[in-house]
Amino acid sequence: MAQKHVDLNTKVIEMRNIVKRFGNFTANDGINLTVHKGEIHAILGENGAGKSTLMNQLYGLYKPTSGEILINGKRLEMNNPRDAIAAGIGMVHQHFMLVQPFTVTENIVLGTEPVKGVRLDMQTARRNVQEISERYGLSIDPDAKIEDISVGMQQRVEILKALYRGADILILDEPTASLTPQEIVELIEIMHNLTADGKSIILITHKLKEIKESADYCTIIRLGKYIGTVNVDEVTQDELASMMVGRQVTFVVDKPEQKPGDVVLEVKDLHGVDYRNVEILRGLNLKVRRGEIVGIAGIDGNGQTELVEIITGLRKASGGSITINGVDIYNKPPRFGFVNGVSSIPADRQKHGLVLDFSVEENLVLQNYKEPEYANGILINRSAIHSFATKAIEKYDIRPANCEGRPAGTLSGGNQQKVIIAREVENNKDLLIAVNPTRGLDVGAIEFVHKYIVEQRNKGKAVLLVSFELDEIMSLSDRIDVIYSGKIVSEVAGKDADENELGLMMAGGGTHG
Amino acid sequence: MNALINELGVIIYATLLYTPPLLFAALGSCFSEVSGVVNIGMEGMMSAGAFAGCVVAFYTKNPWIGFLCGGLAGALFGMLHALATVRLGADQTISGTAINFLAPGIAIMTAKALFNSTDTRPLEPGSKIPLLFKGTFDTSTVFGTFLKNVFTNYATTYLVFLAVLLVWFIFYKTRFGLRMRACGEHPQACETLGINVLRIRFFCVTVSGFFAGLGGACMTMAITNQFRPISIVGQGFIAIAAVIFGKFRPQGAMLGCLLFGFCTGLKVVLGNSNVVSAQLISMIPYVVTVIVLILFVGKSHVPAANGKPFVKSK
Amino acid sequence: MDNKRTLLDVIADSKFIHTILSIIIGFIVGAIFLVVMGISVTDAYGTLLKSVFSSTKNISYCIVYGTPYIVVGLSVAFSFRTGVFNIGAEGQFVMGSMAACVVGILFGSLPSIILIPLCFLAAAAAGALWGVIVGFLKNKWGINEVLSMIMFNWTAFYLSNYIADFPAIHNEGSAEATRNVSEHARTLLPAGLIEKFNLCPTANWGILVAILLTIVIYFIIEKTTLGYELKAVGFNKSAAEYGGISVNRSILTALAISGALAGLGGSLQLLGMGGRISIFTSQEGFGFAGIVVALIGVSNPFGVLIAGLFYGALTYSGGKLNLVKAPTQVVDIIVGTVVFFIAISSIFGAVRYLKKSPQKGGR
Repeated sequence: MAQKHVDLNTKVIEMRNIVKRFGNFTANDGINLTVHKGEIHAILGENGAGKSTLMNQLYGLYKPTSGEILINGKRLEMNNPRDAIAAGIGMVHQHFMLVQPFTVTENIVLGTEPVKGVRLDMQTARRNVQEISERYGLSIDPDAKIEDISVGMQQRVEILKALYRGADILILDEPTASLTPQEIVELIEIMHNLTADGKSIILITHKLKEIKESADYCTIIRLGKYIGTVNVDEVTQDELASMMVGRQVTFVVDKPEQKPGDVVLEVKDLHGVDYRNVEILRGLNLKVRRGEIVGIAGIDGNGQTELVEIITGLRKASGGSITINGVDIYNKPPRFGFVNGVSSIPADRQKHGLVLDFSVEENLVLQNYKEPEYANGILINRSAIHSFATKAIEKYDIRPANCEGRPAGTLSGGNQQKVIIAREVENNKDLLIAVNPTRGLDVGAIEFVHKYIVEQRNKGKAVLLVSFELDEIMSLSDRIDVIYSGKIVSEVAGKDADENELGLMMAGGGTHG
Repeated sequence: MNALINELGVIIYATLLYTPPLLFAALGSCFSEVSGVVNIGMEGMMSAGAFAGCVVAFYTKNPWIGFLCGGLAGALFGMLHALATVRLGADQTISGTAINFLAPGIAIMTAKALFNSTDTRPLEPGSKIPLLFKGTFDTSTVFGTFLKNVFTNYATTYLVFLAVLLVWFIFYKTRFGLRMRACGEHPQACETLGINVLRIRFFCVTVSGFFAGLGGACMTMAITNQFRPISIVGQGFIAIAAVIFGKFRPQGAMLGCLLFGFCTGLKVVLGNSNVVSAQLISMIPYVVTVIVLILFVGKSHVPAANGKPFVKSK
Repeated sequence: MDNKRTLLDVIADSKFIHTILSIIIGFIVGAIFLVVMGISVTDAYGTLLKSVFSSTKNISYCIVYGTPYIVVGLSVAFSFRTGVFNIGAEGQFVMGSMAACVVGILFGSLPSIILIPLCFLAAAAAGALWGVIVGFLKNKWGINEVLSMIMFNWTAFYLSNYIADFPAIHNEGSAEATRNVSEHARTLLPAGLIEKFNLCPTANWGILVAILLTIVIYFIIEKTTLGYELKAVGFNKSAAEYGGISVNRSILTALAISGALAGLGGSLQLLGMGGRISIFTSQEGFGFAGIVVALIGVSNPFGVLIAGLFYGALTYSGGKLNLVKAPTQVVDIIVGTVVFFIAISSIFGAVRYLKKSPQKGGR
């Protein structure tokens, strides 16, 4: 455990009995939060528990319906982020708030730009940015454009943005979501450096391990209600978990031993470029057989996204071969791969997975609307689609019930994901590709998704799992392929995997050739 | 040879004559689009400016008060568009279409009320935008004529290029410009930094109307000397096209407008020659634009949040 | 909270009611302008009403005026539903009417039963071509479609003027126009019928084509797999592509259908009303009228049918306003206001809060 810097005599934040309602929905129902100087205070809760709502009130984005907020002992009413910034609060959002075509410096100074007369003073801005980045050991290239730097770097820019504004209290919203284990270690170090400097940090997360590793205190929220605040040293991960969900949770996925069968997907010497036309796949080889889950572990940006896009036909490769059950699907359109056995749960469910303005039933036949089951010649067979949807909604427990005709966009994230899973599993293809299938889902939904993925494997399907959540890869995969710099650099059996070793390989260390 | 120099001079003259209405409007369009609001109501706002500028100049006999009022009339409709799209979350295309009907309708109706005609009365020479460098050059020599053709032009021609410089400076060298561009790319990010996205967008859309109004006023106060229902026929859309062509940058939009102006100039010169059909020549600017796009420009980076209403969190 | 929907809820939720309210507001705003100008509102609006409903002749005029608007409106509505904004309907309309005109003059000796379908076909093809080129430019070189449509509107306009000048079809007299199309190409109702019911001289059966097209478009959008594909692409290109739909092909198809409709609109106008093409100095604005009609008809084919008739009636009766010394532009103000309020129709949603006292806190 790192050294503590908490000064229990100085309360920097007190939120008292905060209630926030949106129409008839109560997002926060009497939440209390006290944060001291130099403290790392975790806020733990499932997705939708009301963590972000609470923080958005502290940051002036929402106004509480009732309750009061004290900063450094003074009662403050914050009408907008400007007030929060003035009170010394900085926030790093889960979805980075960075202007892609702008430089690092421009992003950091945006809103508090130094000027000379009417002119922007970019020299001073750049110097200030460099100064502050050196002071906190957060090295960045001030002239790089955001669209050209890694996710880890972008996060540094976000933290620097807050520090640049003189923040003494930093809110970090799910900061580790897309970081490697090494980057997470670095982040935790940065956090301790900051608290040593007298800053306080509020860490919003649902990852228990990180709380144990970094936080001093933890406040738990469930379904908008305040459950309690604990000293992190005095509780176990399991206790935290049950406080979060209100019941015992099992993190172990039940998976019987089974021998993999024939090769379904075979990728050989695959080359490809990313959206900027830079080579990102550099001779990748991969095999997935019947009855096994192959996990691709890797840091975002090492080619996994492009790999999946190429297999599913959304992107053209520049060399190599891909076969499904021996059929060549290399650079064929999505439809061809689908017909020959590729189904997939896409990474971005709102972009690729669903047509949000279409009804649930229309979404359930996104690939099959032309098949004889659902169409008579050129006509759509609405009643066939409807009855299929009714069955799927029941089988996959998609809520609300009877949502066949509702636009998919009105469903919660978890239920949207269930619609996709229902569709892809019912497609009954030999290969299922799942990319970050549980991103943004709560514990219950995660269990559900994992269950269906394992079930596909047990039924003798080949499953390719791509995830930035190393825990997910480790608990589901029979085999783990580590992707680095556009190649599979090493392979380990799922049960032998060691997190630190994997992390090292993902970062390009410990590889041979 | 002399004839060639002469023709070249005429083409340059015509280019510089026909560019300002488009360019003023295009500069306006840059503000609106870059801050994230699609404004296809430019056409209507130009009409409003064309009318108001002319009428005010007619009564005050002061071209500059008229010109300014042209801008203000455009700004008024810009504000209407801003109210709808920025404050009330309206579909930007629909609101713009509405303004393209409303503004000319009101202009022509007012013309009827004032002059009992759909046209305004012609401006007296003193009420028109003044010609600069008139008589400065010795037109007895070929070179002098050339210089006269190039430099003797309406004051608005000089003004519009100053405006390009100003707008470029605002966009890329000022705090406001940085924030405005950020609003068009990532309004949520701006909001978290305490930048008032709605206010900036409202302002930018209003400014776009102001510039469109100035462009319209150029048309009726310099190129012609009265407002007629056909004073503004499509220039607003051409201005939008020039902005897309110029990749949403003021300097790029300037090139786009100059291309249109040049083609129009070419039309004027070739039109007198009777070699090619005037109709075919008239087609040149539009065909050339597409060809230039294919050959040299290609895809443009549209501001990421362009056209998307920003809903402020509560 | 009770689940009973009150009248206010219905008003707040119904797009149809929002449109009606917008129309009412449009007329109110028009009235305000008339009052300011010192023109009697009852005179002006009385004239509007009278010149729509006072005789079968007037009603038939409104239908004749409305027919092309309906079809161009369908073109734009179809484009809205499939995610491309067809601001190029104007050019497609012009190309359609020119194609129909050329065929109607050059093949004038063919019997009507062959000639008229041929004219329609030529018009649809010309309009579709004008739409597809735009899609092709977008797919192949990423050229912004709004930009190229604006360019193509003007290109079509000058091309039409150019072709109208060809000796083979140009009017020998002094008029800057083409010759009239062959009588065989006209869609006019039989003279006897026109006389019997006292219809307008250009009464034609084009409206039947418009109604047929309305039904066909409704059918394509709502009932066919093609409609599913095009809508999927319109809502979310990435998901459609992921689902195996060819996005580029769908965009071309949507533009082709939309363009064909606008072209057909042009031919209906030509064969029914104009009979020839004049050399214009500025665009006639059928494309923008189509946008308005699509918006008033909330992009629903049957809504468009009604909106097209409404717009036709307004344009026709607006022309009669001169009789009471009211400017015809009051129609533009009415239309502009209607469209503006349709744009901000979310404000009608606020009526639901009238029944409750304002809530405390929250904002």
